[in-house]
Amino acid sequence: MSELLRIEDLHVSFKTDDGAVRAVDGVSLTLNAGETVAIVGESGSGKTVTSLSVMGLHKKGSAQISGSISLNDGGTFKDVVSLNDDQIRDIRGRAVAMIFQDPMSSLHPYYKIGNQLAEAYLVHNPGKKKAAMARAIEMLDLVGIPEPAKRAVEFPHQFSGGMRQRVMIAMALMNSPQILIADEPTTALDVTVQAQILALLSKLKKEFNMGILLITHDLGVVAQVADRVNVMYAGRIVEEGAVDDLFYSPLAPYTLGLLKSVPRVTSKNERLKAIPGQPPSLINLPVGCPFAPRCEYKQHSSEAGCNTTKPALTGTSPTHRSRCHIPESLRHDLFAKELRELQS
Amino acid sequence: MLKFIGRRAIFAGFTILIVSAVVFGIFSLLPFDPAALTCGQRCTDQIVEANRIRLGFDKPIYEQYWLFLSGIFLGRTYGSGSSAFSCPAPSFGYSFNENACVTNMLVEALPITISLAIGALLLWLTVGIGLGIVAAKFKNRWPDTSSSVFVLLATSLPTFVTGLALLIWVTIKWKLVPLSLSGYVSIFDNPFGFFQYFILPWITLAIAYAAIYTRFTRAALLETLGEDYIRTARAKGVGERVVFFKHTLRAVLAPLITMAGLDFAGLIGGAIITETIFNLPGLGRLTLRSVYEFDLSVVLATTILAAVVVIVMNLIVDMLYAVLDPRVRIT
Repeated sequence: MSELLRIEDLHVSFKTDDGAVRAVDGVSLTLNAGETVAIVGESGSGKTVTSLSVMGLHKKGSAQISGSISLNDGGTFKDVVSLNDDQIRDIRGRAVAMIFQDPMSSLHPYYKIGNQLAEAYLVHNPGKKKAAMARAIEMLDLVGIPEPAKRAVEFPHQFSGGMRQRVMIAMALMNSPQILIADEPTTALDVTVQAQILALLSKLKKEFNMGILLITHDLGVVAQVADRVNVMYAGRIVEEGAVDDLFYSPLAPYTLGLLKSVPRVTSKNERLKAIPGQPPSLINLPVGCPFAPRCEYKQHSSEAGCNTTKPALTGTSPTHRSRCHIPESLRHDLFAKELRELQS
Repeated sequence: MLKFIGRRAIFAGFTILIVSAVVFGIFSLLPFDPAALTCGQRCTDQIVEANRIRLGFDKPIYEQYWLFLSGIFLGRTYGSGSSAFSCPAPSFGYSFNENACVTNMLVEALPITISLAIGALLLWLTVGIGLGIVAAKFKNRWPDTSSSVFVLLATSLPTFVTGLALLIWVTIKWKLVPLSLSGYVSIFDNPFGFFQYFILPWITLAIAYAAIYTRFTRAALLETLGEDYIRTARAKGVGERVVFFKHTLRAVLAPLITMAGLDFAGLIGGAIITETIFNLPGLGRLTLRSVYEFDLSVVLATTILAAVVVIVMNLIVDMLYAVLDPRVRIT
């Protein structure tokens, strides 16, 4: 498996009048060809900021970025953080492409679909207008748009939401990128269309041998398509592991909280088990574990570290690591028991 | 498309009918004898009565209105015998104050107002959109700040101040533009004289409008730059310049054109202050004078003309919008 993307110790902060917002605080992750890696977390956890950093899409001057994002561009690795504007632009849409949450507003309302797709090709292959249009129609066909040649001369408002997301995917694939970042690709769609789009992404991942970085807050989507998962909280990864490990034996209290809060059909007349409290302000992060104020398991921690030091990302297995002061063996038993109770 | 224009034309006809009836009604309610206003200082009752009959003021108001309407299509003859005179169709009546057919007065005034409006429009679109683009591109830097100073000054200065200031300094003190004594010349006969005649009025009108357009363009551009589809364009690898001048500017064009069309229509109705300051014998001044002198037929005609222009410009703007915004379809 060839590595496509390696993010190491990424920090992103934004200056505001109230102080620096530390949106991403030391994130490391990797993405391999043919693999779907999910980043899960609630709003403001830093998942979208991480993905926009990979695209180099942060506004100049507003974001302070450190760490490294090395990206495989046809065999050579480039560090996105240290590239200049032109070099990043050259990578965007060619080596790494992105699809967004809301397909209704992500397409330009005044340009024809075919032209918008062709532009993605023309930016990286100047002058090849005919090839660009042919490629656009080919891609529309590939993502399952019927009569692609006819639809290519239509405008976005003539497409349904699901069809527009297909168009967005087609646009992302115009230059056969190796990495596809999907930022909540199904959030704005209804459930039946969601399943279609996810199936399409999985199919295309195989055809193009891409790596997909999937940003989502929907655990159902994660279970369906992801190979590996990173759970983010307050700008940090609190748990990483294979999808099965994470769903069957979660190690971070936050992950367990997320799993518990998923509504179940079997539990009748029961309140949803929400995680109490709010995520911390990213301007004044607590000195200890950022999740400590909301954590139900603090009393199991032998050392009183929860409120004083940030836990490191550790694990007995190198492929399943988490951040928590409670001994891993204790968490393993405790959390597994809770999950069993929940499912019975 | 033809159906759309046809329907709008019928609608326009009704609107004009109502507008003219209202103006007609208002003037009939005024406590003045229109016939008495038609004769000068050495007036006798006989002349007043003769004029009353000649101009049809002796007839009931609905009949007068009907005569006015039919005159537009058929022309009108006043009086009879050797003293009769006629205004050929389209006749908007006869002005006793000026001793002329109203239509002829309009034909004389219209080119001046149109020249004034078109020149000002071009000037303020260039300056307004240009400054708006600069302000948006350099948001919160010195070009943006200076443009907002201009906007603030230009919106707070009324046209009679800017107009007079221009006249005093540019024409009288610095003698940059000579005071035009020869009057209006057509652009086809004497382009240089035409520009000399209109340049200061154009600037006066354009300053006020340019400020509004600067502010609008800047705000619309900045709002569009935050749209998701702009982020999509950047994600494709499109360069910043193309993102700005193609993707962003394109989205701002349609509302700008709507605004320009309606503002232009308003100006044709008469830039009264500017025309008065610079002594331009256009529609605005004509209207003002006729209101002072209770010259009913002229007021009626200029009001109807203004209504027609607004309606026609609305129609044009709607059709342009359908061309510019694919989501809008004319039905």
